[in-house]
Amino acid sequence: MAQAAQIEPSRPLPVAPAEAVRMAVRTTAVDAVGLEERAASLAKRSIKRDAKLWALDLAIRSMDLTTLEGSDTVGKIVAICAKAVRPNPLDPSIPPVAAVCLYPQLVPVALEQLEGTGVNVASVAGGFPSGLGPLGARLQEIRDVAATGAHEIDIVLNRSLFLGGRYAQAFEELVAAREAAGAAHLKVILETGELGSYDRVRQASMLAMAAGADFIKTSTGKIGTNATLPVALCMLEAARDFHRETGRPIGIKVAGGVRAAKQAIQYLVLVHETLGADWMTPDRFRIGASSLLNDVLMQIEKERTGRYAGPDYFTID
Amino acid sequence: MTELDTTQEGTPAVPVWEYADAPESKDIVHLQDRYGLFIAGEFVEPKSGKYMATIDPSTEGILAEVPEAGPEDVDLAVAAARGAFESRWRDLPGRERAKYLFRIARALQERAREFAVLESMNGGKPIKESRDIDLPLAAAHFFYYAGWADKLEYAFPGRDARPIGVAGQVIPWNFPMLMAAWKLAPALATGNTAVLKPAETTPLTALLLAEVIQAAELPPGAVNVVTGAGETGAALVAADVDKVAFTGSTEVGKQIRRTIAGSHKRLTLELGGKAANIVFEDAPLDQAVEGVVNGIFFNQGHVCCAGSRLLVQEPIFEALLEKLKARLQTLRVGNPLDKNTDIGAINSRAQLTRIEELVASGVEDGAEMFQPACDLPERGFWFRPTLFTGVSQSHRIAREEIFGPVLSILTFRTPEEAVEKANNTPYGLSAGVWTEKGSRILWMAERLKAGVVWANTFNRFDPSSPFGGYKESGFGREGGLHGLAPYLELTPREPAPGNGRHG
Repeated sequence: MAQAAQIEPSRPLPVAPAEAVRMAVRTTAVDAVGLEERAASLAKRSIKRDAKLWALDLAIRSMDLTTLEGSDTVGKIVAICAKAVRPNPLDPSIPPVAAVCLYPQLVPVALEQLEGTGVNVASVAGGFPSGLGPLGARLQEIRDVAATGAHEIDIVLNRSLFLGGRYAQAFEELVAAREAAGAAHLKVILETGELGSYDRVRQASMLAMAAGADFIKTSTGKIGTNATLPVALCMLEAARDFHRETGRPIGIKVAGGVRAAKQAIQYLVLVHETLGADWMTPDRFRIGASSLLNDVLMQIEKERTGRYAGPDYFTID
Repeated sequence: MTELDTTQEGTPAVPVWEYADAPESKDIVHLQDRYGLFIAGEFVEPKSGKYMATIDPSTEGILAEVPEAGPEDVDLAVAAARGAFESRWRDLPGRERAKYLFRIARALQERAREFAVLESMNGGKPIKESRDIDLPLAAAHFFYYAGWADKLEYAFPGRDARPIGVAGQVIPWNFPMLMAAWKLAPALATGNTAVLKPAETTPLTALLLAEVIQAAELPPGAVNVVTGAGETGAALVAADVDKVAFTGSTEVGKQIRRTIAGSHKRLTLELGGKAANIVFEDAPLDQAVEGVVNGIFFNQGHVCCAGSRLLVQEPIFEALLEKLKARLQTLRVGNPLDKNTDIGAINSRAQLTRIEELVASGVEDGAEMFQPACDLPERGFWFRPTLFTGVSQSHRIAREEIFGPVLSILTFRTPEEAVEKANNTPYGLSAGVWTEKGSRILWMAERLKAGVVWANTFNRFDPSSPFGGYKESGFGREGGLHGLAPYLELTPREPAPGNGRHG
């Protein structure tokens, strides 16, 4: 069984606060036509046989199996945790996913279910998905979730401040959230579908990375536009440059709308050809998804046997 | 199954993800052992009796034999074209000529994969390029000029547009199908007939195109294809043609111009280039890197408008160079038919020798060379993607067209200096400008002496956009409305005698 992701402890800020905002706002421009062309060209890579099986296995190991519904219950979480640990009960060679991602109230349930399995518990916090509640309440939520023992915390960028040009304030909020999260692994959701341009995506990426995010993440999954290949490429390029400038490796999480194994492979190709082999690990790449897992299982089965099994051969949890 | 191993520093030692081979099948291509010349609608044996082998440059394996047409064969082809011009094609209404062109365009789309595979086998270019660029654009050219065939009076208002006669067309080996389309489509649309001479090393797709033209039932002789080497091309230029259209080296272009000087023959030349790709400090850097890579490594750098000189504004030189070197490491060099190949084979041994010779001169002149570590196949003609830094305007690699995957990098300080360096070449085919500032793009475009100036992109082609050179890159334009004019006799229109009396 593949080993689950290892979480690195919180560290001091990679960039001095006075530098951070300047670094974010003055980062290089992004040309939309060129970016989209490059993403489309990488999406055409033909991944077959062993290379495909390896990618599908990594897609599972990098998956944050997610349920973020108001209707989530203890029963639902128990079921999803079972699926996370053993995605295909008939096939022990299938690895567990990286983490289960859910709302704060259900963290204790997941912690109990996943204890000793190596699968992490990730919780959204900080006024997800808008991030516009009172700052004190948002930070308290992050502290509470961390205190409960969640391994990873997914928070949102304050788009209201960011789009309003109040970069320093948006940055300070992220730094405060970083401190509130303590030892937990912090993912900052940029909600790229609300940012309006790739220039903004790149600036927001830089701001979040400079504020100490362990991961930057595309989307909440709660609005119409979620992860896209060009947006992911834009963030990957920002992370590559940030790593070169500061020496700190930042992970990328794509979330929302990734339903097909083929899409997962396209994202992996983007990561592979932008950040290289060092990022081909759950420590540095995640896919947040709910329905993707079964399609990946189905494609693995097809690749091994040459035939597609019916959807009822894969469990719905 | 791969296990992860995380070291203390948090740098995971992970396995390299090797893409499995993904070759496009050759089964769709049906090669003949020996081809004929396409003259007067039939495939015929050459009167010269001579044949030459044509190979796959990625394996050096022989694909087929094609005729080496002699002067007698060329004269027969020109006579067939003359006959078709006078007896039929010239007098067909434009809308009827258009039908034939549309038919060819559709056939190219239907058989696109077959053409793309054959193009990559015979020329060495990656299948992703022949599949996604060469063939779609070739078909698009026929579609585009089919649309003009019945609208010539609107293209040139107030003037009568009449065809010239027989066009002798000599094309290069870097884009065999696309160049055939660039030449034939406007010639046929305007009512001319043609004799096409494909390049010595890449005759096969032109012969397949001849099959398509035969099946499209064009009047016999409207298009003729004569294969052969330089002598065949020389014979075609010297034959009884009314117009010569040549795409190829500046050296041969000059010879052609000397040969036909003083004759009635019209001439257009599309020759070499040494284009500057100019990156300003405010450019979108990652996209500029892609544009630079596309500019010089597209089709192994066998591109007349390749961005072979990179001019970088000094403040971003180091950042750009670092990104460029990292990007070069990810280029996949190898089997042209593999769908994941980025850089294919060099077209011929002769071209490889020329590239090697010029690269050696770069090293000798004191420029610093960088090549990524990548394995090259044992057989065939290959050259690693190559960068030179520390290049001066006086180095041979900054002046001569290398026509290979070799980029010379220079720096500049001000826009004026960029323009001066960019224009300081005998060529003038294309240029690229990378900046976020719209006004600077326009300022540069006004001053750059190049037929095409691309802004924040490179090597972008469209049938509706004219293409051609300044200075020793040639004259005449191909593509667009402008591409019709070289094939037309344009005279002021006489007012119709009844004008004004129709009420």
